[in-house]
Amino acid sequence: MYATTYHRPKTIAEAVALYEGSEDASYLSGGHTLIPALKNRLAAPQHLIDVRAIPELSGIAVTADRVVIGAATRHAAVAACEDVKAAIPALCGLAGSIGDVQVRHMGTIGGSTANNDPAADYPSAVLSLDAVVHTDRRVLAADDFFQGLYTTALAPGEILVRIEFRIPEIAGYAKFRNPASRYSMAAAFVSRHRDGKVRVAITGAGNGGVFRWSEAEERLADDLTPAALDGLALDPSLMMGDMHAPADYRAHLVAVMSRRAVENLGRTYIL
Amino acid sequence: MSQVTITINGKPETREVEDRTLLVQFIREHVGLTGTHVGCDTTQCGACTVHLDGVAVKSCTVLAVAADGAAVTTIEGLAEGGTLHPVQQAFHEHHGLQCGYCTPGMIMASVDMIRRHDGVLDEATVRHELEGNICRCTGYHNIVKAVLDAAEKHRAAHAAAAE
Repeated sequence: MYATTYHRPKTIAEAVALYEGSEDASYLSGGHTLIPALKNRLAAPQHLIDVRAIPELSGIAVTADRVVIGAATRHAAVAACEDVKAAIPALCGLAGSIGDVQVRHMGTIGGSTANNDPAADYPSAVLSLDAVVHTDRRVLAADDFFQGLYTTALAPGEILVRIEFRIPEIAGYAKFRNPASRYSMAAAFVSRHRDGKVRVAITGAGNGGVFRWSEAEERLADDLTPAALDGLALDPSLMMGDMHAPADYRAHLVAVMSRRAVENLGRTYIL
Repeated sequence: MSQVTITINGKPETREVEDRTLLVQFIREHVGLTGTHVGCDTTQCGACTVHLDGVAVKSCTVLAVAADGAAVTTIEGLAEGGTLHPVQQAFHEHHGLQCGYCTPGMIMASVDMIRRHDGVLDEATVRHELEGNICRCTGYHNIVKAVLDAAEKHRAAHAAAAE
C-alpha cells in the first residue's frame, strides 16, 4: 500500500469539505473492497476519508412500507435485524450470504452499493426492491443509480447516506456462487411489489453489471411461478465470460437462478 | 503518521504509526504479539482473525488508525494464566491442528461463533461459519469436532451458571 492520510470526520459537511479540499481522495467505509485494492496498489488515494463515524450513515428503521438502512450499516447487522427479517426476509438472507462471517462484520451496504461490483449482492436487492438512494445532495431511483461496471450516478465527492427499500408483497433471492471466491456467478432477486409489478434484478452475470431482466418480469407479472419462465433465455453476448464461467453458461445459470428465486419466495436460496 | 491507541488484551498500546499500517502489522510488528498470523493477506484465509470490539474480523483488512480507541483481543488474550481457554483446550484434545498456522485464526473465529450462537451449534453450521478460515492441511474434520465439543461445554457451563 502506498502512503496515505486518514481522516475520520464526524459530519457529512466535514467529509465533503475534506474531499473537495484534496486533489486525490477516496471515501472509506468497511474497507473490504478498498483496502485489498490499496494493498495491491490498484488504487492509491492520497487521502482516505472514513465515513463510519458520521451518525446519519448508521442505523436501520422499518416503517409500514419502507426499510431504511444507513450506508455504514454492516452486513451482519442487516442479516441479524429482526424487523428487516419480518419485512423482507430475502434481504436479510442476502446480507447473510455475503463473503464470510468476518467480512460481514466489517463490510457495509453503502460501500457495496456505491462500488457496484458486477458480482456484488446488494445491487440486485436495491434494483429489484425499487429502492431510493439518498445521498448528501439528492435522491436517486435505483433504476438511475447503477450505470455499468463499477459505475454509479454518484458524482465525485457525493456521499451515499442511506438506502430506502420498498417493502414488497414478497421477494426471493437465489445465488450460484463461485466455489472459491464465494462471489456470485449468477444471482437473481425477484420481487412482487404491492402494486402488482414484478422486478427481476440479476447480478454476477451481466457484462454491464447488475441489470433488470424485463422479459422475465413480464412473464412473472402474469404468473409468478417458475414454469412461467420456461423456454425464456438470455442472449449470451450480454453476459460476462471468464475462466470461471463462459458467457453461455452464465446465461443458463441466470435462468436457473431466476426460477429458483421464484421457487423460494420469502427466503434465500444459496448454492 | 498518527498516534494510535488500541487496547490489546486489556492493555492500552500507544504507537506512532503510518496511516497505511494494517491492524495486523500493528499487532505483530509494533506491539510484538506474533500469535496472529498473516496467511494470504487478501482477506480470504482468516489466519489473521482477531476480535475488534467483540467481533471477529480479519486484521489484514483493517487500518490500525481506524481501530484507534478500539479494544482488540488476540489469541494471546484467551488463556488465563496457565489455563487454556476452553476452545484452545478443545483444539488440543481433538487434535484440531496439523501444522498450526491457521490455528490462531480458527480459534478466534470459533470463540466468536460460539458466543454468537450461545453454544447452540450443529456440524453444518460450524462448517458453514468457518467459511472464512482456510486450513491448507485440510484438517477441518478435527477442527469441527473441537468447535462442537467446546460449544457443548460452553452451553453446559452456562446452564450450570444459570441454575
